[in-house]
Amino acid sequence: MRRASRLAVPLGLGFAFLYLPILLMVLFSFNDSRLVTSFTGFSTRWYFALWENEALMGAAVLSLRIAAVSATMATLLGVVAGFALARMGRFRGRAAFAGAMAAPLVMPEVITGLSLLLMFVAMEQAFGFPAGRGADTVAIAHATFGAAYVAVVVQARLADFDTSLEEAAMDLGARPWKVFFLITLPLIAPAIAAGWLLAFTLSLDDLVIASFVSGPGASTLPMVIFSAVRLGLTPDLYALATLLVAVVAIGIGIAAWVAFPRRPG
Amino acid sequence: MKGRLGRAIVLALPWSWMALFFVVPFLIVLTIAFAEPSEGLPPYTPLLRWSEEGGPVIQLNLANFRLFLEDPFYLEAGLRSLRVAAISATLCLLIGYPMALAIARAPERWRATLLMLVILPFWTSFLLRITAWIGILQDQGWLNSALMALGVIREPLRLLYTDFALYIGITYCYLPFMVLPLYATLSKLDPALLEAAEDLGARPWRAFLQVTLPLSMPGVVAGFLLVFIPVVGEFVIPELLGGPGAQLIGRVLWTEFFQNRDWPLASALAVVLLMILVAPIALFQARAAREGR
Repeated sequence: MRRASRLAVPLGLGFAFLYLPILLMVLFSFNDSRLVTSFTGFSTRWYFALWENEALMGAAVLSLRIAAVSATMATLLGVVAGFALARMGRFRGRAAFAGAMAAPLVMPEVITGLSLLLMFVAMEQAFGFPAGRGADTVAIAHATFGAAYVAVVVQARLADFDTSLEEAAMDLGARPWKVFFLITLPLIAPAIAAGWLLAFTLSLDDLVIASFVSGPGASTLPMVIFSAVRLGLTPDLYALATLLVAVVAIGIGIAAWVAFPRRPG
Repeated sequence: MKGRLGRAIVLALPWSWMALFFVVPFLIVLTIAFAEPSEGLPPYTPLLRWSEEGGPVIQLNLANFRLFLEDPFYLEAGLRSLRVAAISATLCLLIGYPMALAIARAPERWRATLLMLVILPFWTSFLLRITAWIGILQDQGWLNSALMALGVIREPLRLLYTDFALYIGITYCYLPFMVLPLYATLSKLDPALLEAAEDLGARPWRAFLQVTLPLSMPGVVAGFLLVFIPVVGEFVIPELLGGPGAQLIGRVLWTEFFQNRDWPLASALAVVLLMILVAPIALFQARAAREGR
């Protein structure tokens, strides 16, 4: 593999670029000094500082709640939309539908955030709902762009396997709804789980859209982090980052173990 | 007929959600872009009013768009955004292409792991990863400390709040969006084509330029668009890493909205941003639709 080994250098440099900042954060989260630059000794004090930071912890709880609700809504919508795109052939308005589903994937966040906020304001003026803005409006906004991601994942998964199982079930007399729940849904279950996780993560990570559509008293975790970073770096942010990295690494490990339990090689 | 009804129901749910929370909001942005700012809540004037004679009057305010043409600040922000997005996408391509090629040509049992390593940072907080770069690039930061310890420089270099920091941050955050589509096309290439080229005497470089690169163009275009489009409207990275001169259109929109509370002008900026991006987004969607079939 002469060719492969020559490419190993840029690959290694690329991974160094991606991971060095994260490793530095993990290292400095255990730094004794308040300065975020020079390592003076091992300490776990920033993890305790993080635990006692009520603004950050409260925002984390709120963000987790919003992420769980919005990811679930996004999964419901995204599974239906992905199914429609992959299995319903050429229905009227398919191109427009596909466009509306794919647009949130690339749309700059400032546009999505501003337009949703103006929508919520207009709805409140017209119907009195949603009254004010806060966690509910953030969850609706996140469900909208999360659904686009779920739809992509589900559609890709449905495109991967052929329709013969579904057709066999129909030939044996199963109604379309029954086929969907007994055949299609179990087959795409891993994709649904992946889509839910993706929507959850995106919601947890979103600053811009949440800043537009949230209201007073409902500051999500990224909003609190953003205002903290603008005031200056503190090592408890690194502690938070380290915890997140640990959670993600464990989650991915479990997912890999569940998805490929006895894979040879 | 029954099947028809079922299909209609299946389509109605996502359709109405996307229409309500994605299409209609754009129309509202479009109307408010023609409104005038006011002191009230919401802070803009209604377009449709009832005149004293009793008839409806539509009042369109074009000042917001005229501002974009007349005030060089807004025009420059637009042009700068396009330039930054193009340069960032190119940087991602230059770094991401060799990575994607290396993963595509790695032994099959490693590919999933290597690909996972590219995606993994994406699952950790984007804001906190930007924060790490502040720690690296600031005057007393890790990079300056390391360079001074090595004796390369005496005075700390000004790195944070410069275009250098801006490009590093954007490239760092958007690299996975370039590597994934590139890998998707590169891994589908038939290795026999490359072997044929080499059997016919092509040097590796020539084989790459004449076989691999042209065949991977769909991935290049997809990756370029996936980076370019969101970066044009990027707010967070210019705000946290870029200098005061890095007034990109997303950052200007944010300032007009949150600091100046000029909702109509912010809406007009969103409309302009969308008009800039209509062509690349349409191109992206057309390609996505072709892939999906």
